[in-house]
Amino acid sequence: MISGKIWKFGDDINTDLMLPGPLLFATEEEQKRAVFSANRPGWADQVQTGDIIVGGLNYGMGSSRPAARSLRNLGIAALLAESINGLFFRNAVNFGLLALECPGIHTAFEEGQTADVSLEDFTVRNRDTGALLTAQRVPSMLLDLMTQGGLYPHLERQGLIEPKAAGN
Amino acid sequence: MLAMTIVEKIFARNSGEEYVKPGDIVVVDVDLAVMLDMSFLATERRNILKVHDADKIAVVFDHMVPAADRRSAEAHSYGRDFVRRFGIRRFHDVGPAQGISHAVVADRAYALPGTVLVCSDSHTCASGAFNCAARGVGAPDLLAAVTTGKTWFRVGETVRYELSGRLRPSASAKDLFLHLAGTWGHHTNQNVEFGGPALPELSIDARRTLAAMGAELSAEFATFEPDDRLIDYVRERNPAPFEPQYPDADARYAERRKVNLDEIRPLVTLPDAVIRNSVPVAEVAGVPIQQAFIGSCANGTLDDLAEAARVVRGRKIASGVRLLVTPATQEVFNAALRWGYVATLMEAGAVVTPATCGACFGGHMGVLGPAETCITASTRNFKGRMGDPSAKIYMASPATVAASAIAGRIAAAAEVTGDAA
Repeated sequence: MISGKIWKFGDDINTDLMLPGPLLFATEEEQKRAVFSANRPGWADQVQTGDIIVGGLNYGMGSSRPAARSLRNLGIAALLAESINGLFFRNAVNFGLLALECPGIHTAFEEGQTADVSLEDFTVRNRDTGALLTAQRVPSMLLDLMTQGGLYPHLERQGLIEPKAAGN
Repeated sequence: MLAMTIVEKIFARNSGEEYVKPGDIVVVDVDLAVMLDMSFLATERRNILKVHDADKIAVVFDHMVPAADRRSAEAHSYGRDFVRRFGIRRFHDVGPAQGISHAVVADRAYALPGTVLVCSDSHTCASGAFNCAARGVGAPDLLAAVTTGKTWFRVGETVRYELSGRLRPSASAKDLFLHLAGTWGHHTNQNVEFGGPALPELSIDARRTLAAMGAELSAEFATFEPDDRLIDYVRERNPAPFEPQYPDADARYAERRKVNLDEIRPLVTLPDAVIRNSVPVAEVAGVPIQQAFIGSCANGTLDDLAEAARVVRGRKIASGVRLLVTPATQEVFNAALRWGYVATLMEAGAVVTPATCGACFGGHMGVLGPAETCITASTRNFKGRMGDPSAKIYMASPATVAASAIAGRIAAAAEVTGDAA
């Protein structure tokens, strides 16, 4: 069970809001501090490890940039949205961010409420209201990558890429 | 029973399955993996120990060319070493073969009909114009494709756009896209497929604009049905064999939508969002601008430069406005020189830059300052996309952008040229 406090965002949240263009060349540390700096300044300092983002339709539309990694680096435990852009979903798999499409999620939660997410049966419960929702099932091949650090460790284990030196 | 859409057929073929359907996850052979300069940034790259097949890799430096700063210069050096180390033959460095990857892939017809192509840039779907199942992936996905020769796709449902009629001279493929995006909004988890009787009249450049903009619909794939015009185009440029894929007559679509191109009129997208944000030019005419940009994988084609040159011919851009034009490849730049488009644009006061992604992603060569207003013929207008987050970005066709540069405010091309709308 994954439980966390909800931060709520709307429809069509794009990658450039999560990872602004000028930060593409910055370090991961600098990138995570800039998440939502254009639409919600100061948010990256308020969010806590284990918090959950609830989004509307078409979450993560836009670029191939590693915006999902910045959310993971901020300690986001899960992204739950009405629907998720396919490329953002790939990057959630790639960088180990749990991302689930969950119809009805946006109306079922207010900001600050707590969600309990079960990956046993792909349910999401609003602890404050008791509302129970069912998320789209993610096949185990992809869920394993999402919950076990993403694709790079997998490629490292196969000897295809060199493990990254610590602190790099 | 076994009827499939275009991308379903390509997935079946490249996964060794007889039949694939929406909801499936497929693991497919990748025919071409395209790496960019961004793939070699010190902060992002990983040391690749082996590649699956060097001939199924192309390396194209495009986001920061020529090197805009020390970080991109270092990435270019590292990328050149990578190309040498693994003997990659299709390499597009700074120089005469330079260009935006999706446009290079088009100029050289690297994107073959009926094949699978991936690249770590969202507008990779541009190669869908070539009947190619092409999509943007993340940097780790791209490394997986380079090292294993495979990738995975979720099979989405497909929306079929049946195009009929013919675009009026005042309307372009960009206006057609703005109409689709304004009318139907996002296509998250869906593929879009383009076909219909309008296809033979639609230039390859126009198809590329539409396919590239598929990313803005959040489409998984944006793929065109093949026709003689496409097949001739590819055969003239690439001797490799290929097998175009046509949709089955009884393929299942989430929806079939009919679009009559005669009805398309010039549109503008308002700042901050592409979808469900299009209005007729007249609705925003008069908004003062400081920058006008024509370029990117979507609007840096020869057709686009010809259109811009037609509008500005014999005129001067307004005082206080910068008109920046970035051909999508040096090959397009050269062709535009031969046709006289570059001279026409420069005589009007435009700055014509070398081919690069450049201003489209706020990287270099045209970054916006605080509170500026820009009208752009490129791929997206998100807040902060082209520079300062307080800048306002309107998006339109190359003709509307060129006309706005002449007027110093958003204006329809017909208003500037005096042609019938």
